[in-house]
Amino acid sequence: MEKKKFEYPVIKRFQPGMPGKSGIQPTLEPITEINNIPIARLQEEYGSPMFLITENTIRDTYQEALQAFKSRYPKVQFAWSYKTNYLDAVCRIFHDEGSWAEVVSGFEYNKARENGIPGKQIIFNGPDKSRDDLEMAVRDGAYIHLDHFDEMYTLIELTEELKMKAKVAIRVNMDTGIYPKWDRFGFNYENGEAWEALKKIAQQEFLELVGLHTHIGTYVMSTQAYAMAAKKLAELALRAEKNLGKKIKYIDMGGGFTSMNTLKGAYHSASDTNPGFNEYADAISFAIMSAGFQQNELPVLILETGRAMIDDSGYLLGSVLATKRLTDGRRATVLDFGVNILFTSFWYDHEVHPGCEVSDYAEETTLYGPLCMNIDVIRQNLSFPLLKKGDPVVVPRVGAYNMTQWMQFITYRPNVVLLDRDGNTHIIKRKEGLEDLKRAEIIPDFLKPKE
Amino acid sequence: MKIKPNLKVNESGFLFDPTTGESYSLNDMGSIYFRMISEGRSPDEIRTLVINEYDVEASTFDKSFLDFESRLRNLRLIENE
Amino acid sequence: MNSRTKITVAVSGLNNTDNPGPGIPVIRGLLESVSFEPRIIGLSYEQLEPGIYMPDHTDAVYTMPYPSVGMKAVIDRLTYINSKEKIDVLIPNFDSELLLMIKMQDQLAAMGIKTFLPTLEQFEERHKTNLPEYGKKYNVKVPASFPVSSAADIPAVMKELSYPVMIKGKFYDAYIARTQEEAIGYFYKISAKWGLPVVLQEFVSGTEVNVIALGDGHGTTVAAVPIRKQYITDKGKAWGGIAIGGTDMLELTHRIISATKWRGGMELELIRTENDDLYLIEINPRIPAWVYLAVGAGQNIPEALVKLAMEMPVEPYTEFSVGTMFVRYSYDLIANFKDFEDISTRGELIK
Repeated sequence: MEKKKFEYPVIKRFQPGMPGKSGIQPTLEPITEINNIPIARLQEEYGSPMFLITENTIRDTYQEALQAFKSRYPKVQFAWSYKTNYLDAVCRIFHDEGSWAEVVSGFEYNKARENGIPGKQIIFNGPDKSRDDLEMAVRDGAYIHLDHFDEMYTLIELTEELKMKAKVAIRVNMDTGIYPKWDRFGFNYENGEAWEALKKIAQQEFLELVGLHTHIGTYVMSTQAYAMAAKKLAELALRAEKNLGKKIKYIDMGGGFTSMNTLKGAYHSASDTNPGFNEYADAISFAIMSAGFQQNELPVLILETGRAMIDDSGYLLGSVLATKRLTDGRRATVLDFGVNILFTSFWYDHEVHPGCEVSDYAEETTLYGPLCMNIDVIRQNLSFPLLKKGDPVVVPRVGAYNMTQWMQFITYRPNVVLLDRDGNTHIIKRKEGLEDLKRAEIIPDFLKPKE
Repeated sequence: MKIKPNLKVNESGFLFDPTTGESYSLNDMGSIYFRMISEGRSPDEIRTLVINEYDVEASTFDKSFLDFESRLRNLRLIENE
Repeated sequence: MNSRTKITVAVSGLNNTDNPGPGIPVIRGLLESVSFEPRIIGLSYEQLEPGIYMPDHTDAVYTMPYPSVGMKAVIDRLTYINSKEKIDVLIPNFDSELLLMIKMQDQLAAMGIKTFLPTLEQFEERHKTNLPEYGKKYNVKVPASFPVSSAADIPAVMKELSYPVMIKGKFYDAYIARTQEEAIGYFYKISAKWGLPVVLQEFVSGTEVNVIALGDGHGTTVAAVPIRKQYITDKGKAWGGIAIGGTDMLELTHRIISATKWRGGMELELIRTENDDLYLIEINPRIPAWVYLAVGAGQNIPEALVKLAMEMPVEPYTEFSVGTMFVRYSYDLIANFKDFEDISTRGELIK
């Protein structure tokens, strides 16, 4: 006789204010395979937890973004934001699609060079560029985006010494109607500081003013803010041409587009509120095209969007270590990954899906990471199906920032695996071991065992 | 373990405790466990019945039963032992 | 009129508590319709919304997933309810529902469910966070407002404002803070419930007056009744109110509706200062809970809204009786426990 399907027994107390029927809680669809590769097989081969990056999602997303802008604006160039994910394999896929490199440190700069990117396709941003970094960038002909006057003076000195020209842009900060206003990077538009900086550059023999850059914020949900920023940069560009005789070759709108991860504290889910590439492209393109440039002299539009470009291609595959009841009766599930490798759980209410078929019945659950630290919480409260020890779980949309901001804390960082377009898997960063971590440590002689 | 008297789960999985005024919702398996415990069946008896009828490993049943019992205790639906 | 058209209307906001939603007053307006015969489907979010249990107001009640869980869950549930009830018109009465419903309009229409909601542009531009631009664009006096996403930003924003200051949630809740400590306290209280940003708004002193109105989407004001709230509870809700003349208030309402081509119900919250200036402090993009006063004063706004949604001819109201007054009262209804059980376990209650 065939046995009936078992489900975990549940009893819940009704509390005033709770929605009536458990059945109308949306059921979390299990993710049992990614691009037809079963989760179980991936975990067997590469361990748990592990990151998986799907090549086709990167390429599809890139093309989607490119099409959104290209169909609205004649000259578009993307630059891959290294800090969002600087694993070489990931960067090389973007470069293969045609992205330049956008870097914010000497370390990232060198990575980009080693990934075969010539200086003339590197945009060098950020407040921390050492004199050596700047010299390297000047010699390579990279685009140096000045962040402050101290940097400008260092570069003036350096180029005079080298008798070499540097290609520069300034980063401009401004009021775009959103809050918080980012005024810590670059030169301010409203108080005239940006204009002063442009005037100063125009007087320099060895600085060649080529572009204007802004980066208005992070996870910016308002397309209007981009329109306003683009309008202000376009106005500066036209003024520079008219009053300083300097033709601005490109306008770099930076990044800050949202992904479809829902921010903590947001009421609606991100997919219901956030703009897509087409909406951002509409706002930005329209603002520049209607600013008053000659149609054949439109500046190149550069975009450094990182998060929106890579988030969807990354998955974190983990498993359940234990389930327990908290003293207030709530269910807690302990997972084998925590805030150490899923850094973005500080910002987002990440979707966490079961990685195997489960019963429809869900319970209010807290998801903890494995660290012996109270802050290690992946989700404080979500309606989650009842999993048992060893069951797989999948967190989609983790491609941005996690593989750069993760911490080596308490335990090793896991394998990162690339799933290529043909369905083959490749380790692109192997799991750390004790030797990796000990390599940079030095024990003073007096602490070594005596002979 | 003995469930408090006067507690009955109806067919839709609804349970009302007339002494405290609390209401509860149980899923199908929860209702089955609850009824068997109220009928006074022993844990071993319930174990055999469930394992024979449902596709479940003994260890999974054991964990689920312990968890369910602790829920009942937590919700104060059982008589003092 | 001989036999009246039968129209099935789904209505949310059945929380007829001391902080009431507009659902029951809307339903009362519909039940008094002279031009159609309504069948009322209640949509509830919580098991104890009084409207679920009130006799003779709804023909059936269904529970809904919270809008915060996402559009798909809401659509799925409405598809199910529609398969049972064949809804003609849907009137969402919670601010938190509106964004999704506006975005879902076409999908709802494909299911045969009509709505009469503002456009996304109208909805977005009147957000509390956009009030200063709104004032500039439509030439209306507004208080200075700043959206704040972190309590740490409050001191910086307060350089532009002074205490006392209004602290407002994205959808609901407003408090007067007199000190920074209070402001921070309210910030956390509001952001925990309604998310970010929280709005800090200049406190304009004067008398609060309000207008309930209905725009036809082409610039015509179909209905408008000004009131003065006579007593406001500690939750900021009117406990008593009276319809007033307010020619300047009506003029302002007509101006806003004609300039924005507002579509649907709206409530204008205004402050009349000592100098007799009117400040617009908020636009609620839906019918407010005190709509029954407008019905009582002679303008059946819920009925007119359903007719607009059904594309029936509607003659704009121009008259109402000044001096019509309402007083809210509470009433202990003996509820049917079986109703509680049904709504709790099955998520639906067919009467």
